Amino acid sequence: MKTKRIRAGAAAMTGVLLLGACGEGGPGGSGGDFTDGKLVLAVMNDQSGVYKDASGPNSVKAVKMAVADYKKKHGDKAVVDDIEVTSTDHQNKPDIANTKAQELYERGGADVILDVPTSSAALAVANQAKTHKKLFLDVSAATMELTGAQCNKYTFQWAYNTYMLANGTGTTVTGNGDKNWHIIYPDYQFGQDMTKSFTEAISKAGGTVQGTIPTPFPNDNFATFLTKAGSTNPDVIGTMQAGGDLINVVKQFNESGLKERGIDLAVGLMLITDIHSLGVDQFAGTMFTDAWYWNMDDESRAWADRFRDETGTRPTFEHAGNYSAALQYLEAVQEAGTDDADKVVAKLEGKKVNDVFLRNGEIRAKDHSVVHDAYLARVKKPSDVKEDWDYEEIVTTIPAAKAFPPAEASACSM
Amino acid sequence: MNAVLQYAVQGLAAGSFYALAALGLAIIFGVLGVVNFAHGAFYMLGAVTAAVLLDTLDLTLWWSLLVVPVLMFAFGVVVERLLVQWLLRLDPLYNFLLTFGLTLVLVELVKQKYGVSGLPYKPPKLLSGRVDLAGVVLPRYQLFVFLFSVAICVLVWLVMTRTRVGMIVRASTEKPDLARALGINVGRWVTPVFGFGVALAGLAGVLAAPFRAITADMGNNFAIILFAVVVIGGLGSIVGAVVAGFMVGLVEAFGQAYAPTYAQILIFVLMALIILVRPAGLFGRKEATA
Repeated sequence: MKTKRIRAGAAAMTGVLLLGACGEGGPGGSGGDFTDGKLVLAVMNDQSGVYKDASGPNSVKAVKMAVADYKKKHGDKAVVDDIEVTSTDHQNKPDIANTKAQELYERGGADVILDVPTSSAALAVANQAKTHKKLFLDVSAATMELTGAQCNKYTFQWAYNTYMLANGTGTTVTGNGDKNWHIIYPDYQFGQDMTKSFTEAISKAGGTVQGTIPTPFPNDNFATFLTKAGSTNPDVIGTMQAGGDLINVVKQFNESGLKERGIDLAVGLMLITDIHSLGVDQFAGTMFTDAWYWNMDDESRAWADRFRDETGTRPTFEHAGNYSAALQYLEAVQEAGTDDADKVVAKLEGKKVNDVFLRNGEIRAKDHSVVHDAYLARVKKPSDVKEDWDYEEIVTTIPAAKAFPPAEASACSM
Repeated sequence: MNAVLQYAVQGLAAGSFYALAALGLAIIFGVLGVVNFAHGAFYMLGAVTAAVLLDTLDLTLWWSLLVVPVLMFAFGVVVERLLVQWLLRLDPLYNFLLTFGLTLVLVELVKQKYGVSGLPYKPPKLLSGRVDLAGVVLPRYQLFVFLFSVAICVLVWLVMTRTRVGMIVRASTEKPDLARALGINVGRWVTPVFGFGVALAGLAGVLAAPFRAITADMGNNFAIILFAVVVIGGLGSIVGAVVAGFMVGLVEAFGQAYAPTYAQILIFVLMALIILVRPAGLFGRKEATA
């Protein structure tokens, strides 16, 4: 087995040297309908930096859970037996993501790349997927570009996007009476996208954005940004910061006294790991949009229990999203009977899906946005927390059709 | 007008914190000639230790302000004895690289143990709420940070200029040969001074715990700002570090208010301008340029 793999790898390498970058088909096949006789699922994400806990190594484990479930379900009838799950650290840098994706598709035998947090890095991988005609299932990056102007046939956005976050939180908070907004956002792709999506959602709901403040990234001190935002007396300050910067904002907002002046804080993107790290008391009452919550029903909880047995912790929506993406990919391969990307894409497109993560899901053919129910969540009060990681209360379910933009609105043409 | 005053007060509050945090860096360079790249990591360790002490032993901020600097002093002594001392006689670049490597190791170890999302920290009840100083509002905790930082800076300055120990330390650094000729054991002061600088970094970390994200990476970006502070003030100058700390705090506050995207860049523009006019920094000695 091992020698075969080495030989196949050597053949592939020779092929690359002789022919230059090669895409379709690929050399070194060992018969059947599978390149190299096996399927390679490559998880690329942040294995050591700021987004490690949100996705990271535990997403690799989630993908392995999907592989196990696929094998269990299909048993002898599985069209492929040898399924490999690999893990790559892109350190959230687009240049590293670009090189690694190229390597994975050309020499790593990767049939699909999964996850890829950080919008700019995901866009780089999408571009490689297009060049190599291999699949990329984005889970952790939220930019609308992936299913908009920069969409392509081989890229799918599985879990969420900035529209979903903005539409849920922006619309609901505005509808609840917080009409005047001031937005603080990190001055890079994600922050800019979020601000645009929020502004659209807020004005559609009858609110106004009085001002926006771009901030450096990363940044520790937000005191004067908050004072400046508060000086226009908005009903609510929206923060589009993520990770450690979000924690800085929330801590400094809580001590600033803006809350006592009747100014609320709305958070653009929040993961359960953020609540866990800052403590539920500092976030209590904050509203945000979630793509999935581990304790939202019995099915999720059962999966979250399995996940905890594997990892020792509770899953974020990104972990569940990676599981779902891997599982549906394997199902599509099963139906297609091959790892040929074009045939797998044909099976995925337009498919209606219900799994632990995707509820009322549809893999939209037009722009490859995977739409599904989303949830407006509120952070629980410390006194309501019954167990570890029991932090969220689902306020409303936003039906798939409303949670994501209509396909006609997409700038995508493949 | 009121707005300008508000930004100025916030700038001074932030500046006092920068001054305190940069103090240890300035002292270590002044006495040992070591460009301690690990200062940000020591700051991070201070905050992480405070969070762990609160979580496991229920030690509040007040206790941490006492206990953590002592622990960090001991850690600093170990680092100096074990690592730094062997490279003191070589080019400063060696210790710069050593402390850079040490930073990577410490940050990764904390990530391994506590993850990357950060640790929670409950701010003390006594210091929650705001103070209203004639229309200028400041969180009570920031007022505390300001008063505490200024007190420590003054205390350190008094020790260095008014006490026998301080004078011996200064003599050992400024004129080591002369100090030796006068019978002073110069080497004896190296280890405790390094430990003291590390303790100050840890102390700043404890102060940061209630209002900053406590993560393994919290010192990375912060250390770069502190280097700007020390360079502006003049490498090794205590007064320089304090004055520059306040300057950087003010520049940052007004930057955030009027040119938000450039708030951090302005700090380095200030640094570049000062180096152009005074290559040794505001309070740096001439020799530093030679």
